[in-house]
Amino acid sequence: MQLDAIPAIFALPAAVLVVIGSTLALLGTLGLVRLKSFYDRLHAPTLGTSWGAAGILLASMILFSWQQGDRVILHELVIGIFIMVTTPVTLMLLGRAALHRDRAEGSAELPLAARSRPETPEPVASDPETT
Amino acid sequence: MTAMILDYALVYAQLVLGVAACLAGWRTIVGPRAQDRVLGLDTLYVSCMLLLVVTGIRMGTPFFFEGAMVIGILGFVATVALAKFLIRGEVIE
Repeated sequence: MQLDAIPAIFALPAAVLVVIGSTLALLGTLGLVRLKSFYDRLHAPTLGTSWGAAGILLASMILFSWQQGDRVILHELVIGIFIMVTTPVTLMLLGRAALHRDRAEGSAELPLAARSRPETPEPVASDPETT
Repeated sequence: MTAMILDYALVYAQLVLGVAACLAGWRTIVGPRAQDRVLGLDTLYVSCMLLLVVTGIRMGTPFFFEGAMVIGILGFVATVALAKFLIRGEVIE
């Protein structure tokens, strides 16, 4: 992109948003590497998918709108909304899968709250679609 | 001056997102269990998608946007299919 003539009112907010977004994405993956149990690690990458993605996509919207000149570019909203909708779905499914596997194996990683519960049927078995 | 600040910010974002993708890939390879690998793969997808968006900003072309969108959709489908596989042992029943 020809950035030479960009005015500060577009450049500075975009720069701040890009730096914030990428730093949050890095912090999320750092948590993914450093945290001890899987149920802790499940929370860390959501930093990158919430404000990490939002910051970078907002900066992209600002800069492409300036580049086009006469109209506002909002294409990135598609990615942003899609990421914000799908991340909770995937991580809930993944958490349930891990819980199911840990219960089946009697793993030591199973959280105390999930362990002390009386022997319930598996959460998936109560789904109506499994018949 | 402002253009230089913006350029430094974009280069910094590319470096940091590359490091983030490497860390997610490390978790994908090391594990230790299957759900950790799936979570690492999901994070890797998101990091690479953001890296593509930043690269598109730097190069000034709108074509990276479609690539980023495809990566986002494929990441969602892949993670849901893998989580379903971890629960049931098969994807389509």
